[in-house]
Amino acid sequence: MKEKKDYIQDIAEIRSMMERSSKFHSLSGWAGIMAGIYALAGVLAAYKIYNFNPTAIGGSLNSDNSSYPALFNIILLALAVLLLALLTAIYVSVREARKREEKLWNATSKRLLVNMLTPLFAGGVLILILIAKGMIGFIAPFSLLFYGLALFNGGNFTYPEVRILGFIQIVLGLISSYFVEYGLIFWAIGFGVVHIIYGIYLQFQYNK
Amino acid sequence: MKVLIEGLHKAFESRIRLGIMSALAVNDMLDFNSLKEYLDLTDGNLASHLKALEKENFIGVKKSFIGKKPNTKYFMTTEGVQAFDDHLQTLEKLIKSRK
Repeated sequence: MKEKKDYIQDIAEIRSMMERSSKFHSLSGWAGIMAGIYALAGVLAAYKIYNFNPTAIGGSLNSDNSSYPALFNIILLALAVLLLALLTAIYVSVREARKREEKLWNATSKRLLVNMLTPLFAGGVLILILIAKGMIGFIAPFSLLFYGLALFNGGNFTYPEVRILGFIQIVLGLISSYFVEYGLIFWAIGFGVVHIIYGIYLQFQYNK
Repeated sequence: MKVLIEGLHKAFESRIRLGIMSALAVNDMLDFNSLKEYLDLTDGNLASHLKALEKENFIGVKKSFIGKKPNTKYFMTTEGVQAFDDHLQTLEKLIKSRK
């Protein structure tokens, strides 16, 4: 006959196995902090170097061909920010997984990725359509919105705070869809400031 | 006391089998390698525990191919869900009754 403390240990093991096999925990606050810094730097560059202001080109629904070279540079800049943020997130997660002696690529991380990629893919295609139609003003709000949906969806498979982060991005995306002229500012708040605050919070909460 | 112990299934006396059931309880399906990684076991060891659970009809097996590599996936049967549930409830009762 087992002792009571054995049963308690049994329950603890069950709990830990359920956690480990269903949630992705190789996430580091640093990924968020760095992504936020890249985003802010990107916005600053877009504003200073290219004098980018979404309303100037995109508030109207007509495409204006004269502004396309500048737009092309902005898109390149945005892609560079995205790539840098992704590479940092992967690098940080690999390190975190190694520290936890877990594999980064397992059933849990696969599921997290699939759940995030579906809204991101839909958003990405929609943004390409917006660019093609010249509705530039909506790019920033919609990227916030779909990124928020991706986080909200993926939050089921990692730290619960990620769901709240997703919710915040969704709200910011919707507000900035209405106030299109402030798109860049909302984008800087969502991808920049909110990321940094969240990164710092996660870091303190889980990676002391 | 007799009634209480009835829910504790013999198959779950081993922590490893309990671990397999816990992982399958929160995942619709898991393949052999994922289970191996979560439980940190050798192939042979895991296979024998899976066989035992399969024999009890607590888990089911689905074999398929990814390219040319065979891929075996495991899932909990309705019977397994029921047994695991009973086991958890019994554990809870036991802990409460012995305070």
